[in-house]
Amino acid sequence: MIPAAKMIALAIAALFALVLAAKATDSLFAVHAWIAFLFCLGAIAITLKVMPMGKAAKAGEQGKYLDSVIKAGTIATVFWGVTGLLVGVVIALQLSYPALNLDLPWTTFGRLRPLHTSAVIFAFGGNALIATSFYVVQRTTGARLALGNTAWFVFWGYQLFIVLAATGYVLGVTQSKEYAEPEWYVDLWLTVVWVAYLAVFLGTLYKRKEPHIYVANWFYLSFIVTVAMLHVVNNLSLPVSVFGAKSYILWSGVQDALTQWWYGHNAVGFFLTAGFLGMMYYFVPKRVGRPVYSYRLSIVHFWTLIFLYIWAGPHHLHYTALPDWAQTLGMVFSIMLWMPSWGGMINGLMTLSGAWDKMRTDPIIRMMVLAIAFYGMSTFEGPMMSIKSVNSLSHYTDWTIGHVHSGALGWVGMISFGAVYFLVPKLWGRKELYSLRLVNWHFWLATLGIVFYASAMWVSGIMQGLMWREYSELGFLVYSFAESVERMHPFYVIRAAGGLLYLTGALVMAYNVWRTILGHERSERPVGMPAAART
Amino acid sequence: MIKHDKIERNATLLLVLSLLVVTIGGLVEIAPLYYIENTIEKVKGVRPYTPLELAGRNIYIREGCYVCHSQMVRPFRDEVERYGHYSLAAESMYDHPFQWGSKRTGPDLARVGGKYSDDWHVGHLKDPRALVPESVMPGYSFMASAELRTDDIAAHLKANSMIGVPYSEDMVANALADLKAQAGADEDGVEGLRARYGERTLARDFGGNGKKITEMDALVAYLQMLGTLVDFSAYKSDAPENLR
Repeated sequence: MIPAAKMIALAIAALFALVLAAKATDSLFAVHAWIAFLFCLGAIAITLKVMPMGKAAKAGEQGKYLDSVIKAGTIATVFWGVTGLLVGVVIALQLSYPALNLDLPWTTFGRLRPLHTSAVIFAFGGNALIATSFYVVQRTTGARLALGNTAWFVFWGYQLFIVLAATGYVLGVTQSKEYAEPEWYVDLWLTVVWVAYLAVFLGTLYKRKEPHIYVANWFYLSFIVTVAMLHVVNNLSLPVSVFGAKSYILWSGVQDALTQWWYGHNAVGFFLTAGFLGMMYYFVPKRVGRPVYSYRLSIVHFWTLIFLYIWAGPHHLHYTALPDWAQTLGMVFSIMLWMPSWGGMINGLMTLSGAWDKMRTDPIIRMMVLAIAFYGMSTFEGPMMSIKSVNSLSHYTDWTIGHVHSGALGWVGMISFGAVYFLVPKLWGRKELYSLRLVNWHFWLATLGIVFYASAMWVSGIMQGLMWREYSELGFLVYSFAESVERMHPFYVIRAAGGLLYLTGALVMAYNVWRTILGHERSERPVGMPAAART
Repeated sequence: MIKHDKIERNATLLLVLSLLVVTIGGLVEIAPLYYIENTIEKVKGVRPYTPLELAGRNIYIREGCYVCHSQMVRPFRDEVERYGHYSLAAESMYDHPFQWGSKRTGPDLARVGGKYSDDWHVGHLKDPRALVPESVMPGYSFMASAELRTDDIAAHLKANSMIGVPYSEDMVANALADLKAQAGADEDGVEGLRARYGERTLARDFGGNGKKITEMDALVAYLQMLGTLVDFSAYKSDAPENLR
């Protein structure tokens, strides 16, 4: 867009934000309008600063690929990753030591938990997906990102969405739909950003210089388009006032429940799975230096995965007031989902055929392999937990939390870290990372953290479920609810310790990435060097 | 795989086909819930929330109570004995959004209404561990002094009525008066409140702090009505129209 038109658009947006702030019917809506206003001012300032250097900007644009936005996205991924994990550790400690809630409105578990989930899923995961998809789509099509600097609008627009969502939770703006907590106006803003994202991605595919669309892009594209559908339908709502934060969701009761979990489960299926499979399909073969194991398998598992996933939502509502037929349908499809999931796992793992020795010498590959292994484990556990009789025990317990985190920390986290480690030297033109040994440290800290986390939650979750249904010989319930809460304490502490290890690993990554960007290289013994060669 | 080659060479085709494939499941599962008649049981007693209860429910939502408390009793012996009759779809038919929850860090609240006194709730919300030593719940003492926002309560009822909750014009017009009456701030209004929302509607100073209407009043009013609406003596769970 020409600078003048851009300035006018930004000025109008800033004015609009000011009007919203002035007419706001509640202070929280006003706060958000002011944040939007400040964002507009920032954008104007940046545009002003860039304009005099028009020549330099032009020179940058003449490169084959638009990589600056990917650099920003990579840094944002690391930043939000550390932030989200930190909030996770805080709320884990709150469950262990409730005094840490501080009993202030802004610091209670109920408000911080959505902050944690949104920060890791949407801020960390979302930035990782946007950045890597922009990288992958350019490299596999041979084309520069479409629509000029729209990619930058996607990046900054998405950060604004994150800031509005996060500040909203802390201040008490939420519509209480899990993983879709932001209120109506934040949802509207995300829709705008997401449409721009789709336009950039699809536009780049149209511009491609390769006849074929590479498999990673199928996954990215289906992730983008499905998330758009889920987001719009699940968030349809009527605001009480167009100048106020509060709205009421169009759906109610049982219909709202299934719409929510149709959304919620496919936030897992498309945001946290399909998108990250796209990541796997590019970065694993690239790093390993081997082609994808099976082209046929990738076709079969792509179409079956996206078809089956969308049916699985009702397994979040087993034995509830949702009609039985819907529950059973959801269960059957969830079990079937095991197959395409493992198709993806096999395709990822077998890509290492003939290069397994690299596991020993390349901690980045080790990380990616562990990610795929965790993908396999949690996509087996998920279908198992969706069986109604298993679910009758596991539902409402911390077993579910353990399951989610083996997928989130193991699969989503590790594959993203692998991608970040791959990307940073490439984007900043360094030979290799600052230190591969630190990657190894990160690998073990994270792995150990997951083991602590998941095993504590598995054991305690099953214990919880069994305690709730335990009957004495005389036919009375043995335990009060409070007794089951008391027994959770040691497990909550172990879980927090596991989370702390995982966070420490992420901090090691942040340090490593920072030093790599600065261009430093640590002189160190290569990873996996045979003992005989050591001096 | 010759045919798949076509899809791989056409971005629009890939986009359209994947969108088609992902719409099917949702359509088949969700759409019937709107027209299959026995999706929601026929019961007596379910009514829209009173203005004070609705305000309390919005505080429940704001504080993220759903993060740790379910409102969905499953039809198991242990749950029915621990919490009460299993939950019916009809009981949340006016809930925008639903609050069934997905995790029980704390106990289910679907039938908490009437189980504890107002005093217990107020004391427990202010300092959970003073009443339940094992609890890991945050304290919400700030609610006892936070004045409830009431100026836009009619707009809240109006918005709900626009999306299908059967609030009458009378209810919307008297929203503020009903709210005050239910919170024990206007005894003369109780008759009108009960005429609109039923004889069993509770009206008293829930928060126990006099004339000032606080967030505590609203939240406790909401908690005290949870799960109490349906008349289960008239409900036949094995009647054909209630089998789902």
